[in-house]
Amino acid sequence: MSTLSTDSVVLPEDQGSSLWQDAWIKLSKNRLALFGLGVLVFLIIVSLLTPLIAPYGYEEQNLDMGATAPSLQHWLGTDIFGRDMLTRIMYGGRVSLMVGFIATAVALVIGILWGAIAGFYGGRLDAVMMRIVDVLYALPFMIFIILLMVVFGRNILLLFLAIGAVEWLTMARIVRSQVMSLRNQEFVEAAHSLGLSQWTIIRRHLIPNTLGPVIVYTTLTIPSVMLLEAFLSFLGLGIQPPESSWGLLINYGVETMEEFPWLLIFPGIALSLTLFALNFLGDGLRDALDPRTSKD
Amino acid sequence: MAILEVSGLKVYFHTRNGVVKAVDDVSFSVDSGETLAIVGESGSGKSVTCYSLLDLLPKPPAKIEGGTALFNGKDLLTCTPAEMRHHRCNDIAVIFQDPMTSLNPFLTIGEQLIEPLIYHPDKNKIQTRADAKIVAVSLLDEVGIIDPDTRFDCYPHEFSGGMRQRVMIAMALITEPKLLICDEPTTALDVTIQAQILELIKKLQDTRNVAVIFISHDLGVVAGIADKVLVMCNGTVREAGNTDSIFYDTQNDYTKKLLSAIPDGPKILPNRAKVGDPLIEVTELKTYFKNQLNKSKAEDTRFIKAVDGISLTIARGEILGLVGESGSGKSTLGRSILQLAPTTEGSVKFAGETLTGLTPNQLVPWRRKMQMIFQDPYASLNPRMTVFETLSEPLLYHGLANKNNIAAQVRQLMDDVGLAQSQLRKYPHEFSGGQRQRIAIGRAIATKPEFIIADEPVSALDVTIQAQILDLILELVERHNLTMMFISHDLSVVRYISDRVVVMNKGVIIEQGDTEALWGSPQQAYTKDLLAAIPRADPKSERIRINSR
Repeated sequence: MSTLSTDSVVLPEDQGSSLWQDAWIKLSKNRLALFGLGVLVFLIIVSLLTPLIAPYGYEEQNLDMGATAPSLQHWLGTDIFGRDMLTRIMYGGRVSLMVGFIATAVALVIGILWGAIAGFYGGRLDAVMMRIVDVLYALPFMIFIILLMVVFGRNILLLFLAIGAVEWLTMARIVRSQVMSLRNQEFVEAAHSLGLSQWTIIRRHLIPNTLGPVIVYTTLTIPSVMLLEAFLSFLGLGIQPPESSWGLLINYGVETMEEFPWLLIFPGIALSLTLFALNFLGDGLRDALDPRTSKD
Repeated sequence: MAILEVSGLKVYFHTRNGVVKAVDDVSFSVDSGETLAIVGESGSGKSVTCYSLLDLLPKPPAKIEGGTALFNGKDLLTCTPAEMRHHRCNDIAVIFQDPMTSLNPFLTIGEQLIEPLIYHPDKNKIQTRADAKIVAVSLLDEVGIIDPDTRFDCYPHEFSGGMRQRVMIAMALITEPKLLICDEPTTALDVTIQAQILELIKKLQDTRNVAVIFISHDLGVVAGIADKVLVMCNGTVREAGNTDSIFYDTQNDYTKKLLSAIPDGPKILPNRAKVGDPLIEVTELKTYFKNQLNKSKAEDTRFIKAVDGISLTIARGEILGLVGESGSGKSTLGRSILQLAPTTEGSVKFAGETLTGLTPNQLVPWRRKMQMIFQDPYASLNPRMTVFETLSEPLLYHGLANKNNIAAQVRQLMDDVGLAQSQLRKYPHEFSGGQRQRIAIGRAIATKPEFIIADEPVSALDVTIQAQILDLILELVERHNLTMMFISHDLSVVRYISDRVVVMNKGVIIEQGDTEALWGSPQQAYTKDLLAAIPRADPKSERIRINSR
């Protein structure tokens, strides 16, 4: 790493470093963030390989073994229909992680662009764009999603998009307020006087400087969309048994918490582990992307 | 006996990167009715010295490692929090630098003024609200607030900067302190307001016989009011003595350096203006802003007329100084010329081509030829871009360099502005204010512009750094054949750098002319006032000036 340290002499091929390269170097020195990243990567790989490595089929019932405690045969026990919990958690993780990442990515992209454009141009465009956000905020989002489901049929991808389409509103507001305070700073004016195009200014000078709050909000959004999916599924709008997701498993687990605690504990651990990992990674990313935090 | 006797004061900051000796073995004393000026550049420890007396430092990282500070015989450094509160309420008051942020925007100034009286820690000194108001109003009157009875109920934003600083002074004096610490009280103010505030402090000191510690980075400011001067650098005292001996019989090299860095006298370099070859022609330019506060339909008040019908020409090779107080519209004029602010009427021509009315896309080729240097080196650089990115952006964007030769060009720029090439990968926060301003200048000259507007480029810098940056600007103007408009409220700086001066007030030109001619015989009263208010590093003439007003 020493050749990459900031004090090294400028090498001929060294064209200076960009924010992202420096961020990666800094992140790689942050053990907690690396741990978080490792856990997430592990969970994602497991999810991808689930059909190959899961010990049972996800709808394989064994009514003789209904709701058994963890054992050598079923490491994490079975549910009341005798389905293997480990298998169900693995399949559930596929859905939950996908919801978490895709819906948040949708929210991020729309929210950042919408907020940055509204905040940058201001005036009438800003007023119109933000009123649209206000109107969408005011719509009960359940009705919105139910309508989508009715019109397009129940489709898991549509569910992701629908959740993302609701979650971007807050992101847009956060980014807009950041951009509005940044756009009058002298470095933005300097960029104007250099003749940079407005899109270049937004992309290079404004959005990178909003990353701090955006990352924090993102790490909060991922768990909230996972829970939102569970809620929708519980209402019968999301995915349905025998398919599963962590949120759904937890919901059913709560009902039988007193008799069969493992039905709640294990999906709960899986979800908490993901959230911990996300928070560590988010904190690390926020620090890494802010050059003002110390280099070591 | 001196009212405050500080000896061997040591304040160290224990940071992750080791111990910083912010104040190292500093001794001084102040007597009632006496003014001690502590002068030094940023980081010299002058503020830390005073804040440590009042226990206003963050601890940790700060730690007082030694010394005593006897206030009327009692050591301030070892007193309990309760005793310290007693001192702060009764004996010692502070006036801070920035009048914009040192008042609570949610309370009326009256409420803030009487606070120490009605919430006094000594039970028997608590006054009723009505009594406190009488004291406060008479004090507001004394510090020169007109109509103090009604102004008592106004909020801070209803006052100008100078007026707020007067309120701050009243706030400091309301507990009738015996020692007044002024931390750069005039640095954020215009030169004429600065003169008034200095005068006021001097007058109040005489009537109340308080001891004053006046912290400043500018020897010129303290020349007229200080009895004793303490010059500090890197936490240590470089020179101490009475004012006349410091100014007229300077012993220490650092003090000499500070004194010589004060811009004084005319421009040394020859005037390179090519008369008859105008680069910039501004005709009847008007820039109005909608007045957000005043919704009335009256034609006069619907707009703020920041620039109200200005015509001027700048010849190729000329350095034009633009002078005015804050709010005079000088920055807006600069931005309007560069088409960064939307103009309302009139035209701006660059080398004969009209710029007003062009679309942003049509302006792009012109942008390369005119650049701007901004005031605040802390805000004018993108904190998330390395120096390399900042300097390479204009070059790559305008196609003046490609991926292969960009590194060489950026390094050339670094040389041009006097920065080490090894610092290319650093981010702005890793540089000092002066170095940042060098980066900003490098960015401005990167596209090889013909015309540069420098908007107060040195007002946020220490006086020695200021001198270096001014010399750098002059050198670059010479080397790259630049034409420049230099905006500043500091007249000494403008005289030092410009060939011709335009004086602006309330959106219009008051007076213009060749620098030395204008200095020699200003025609307008406004210009005369401005010139008379410039502080000079000459105690004898300063005292005469302050006393004569």
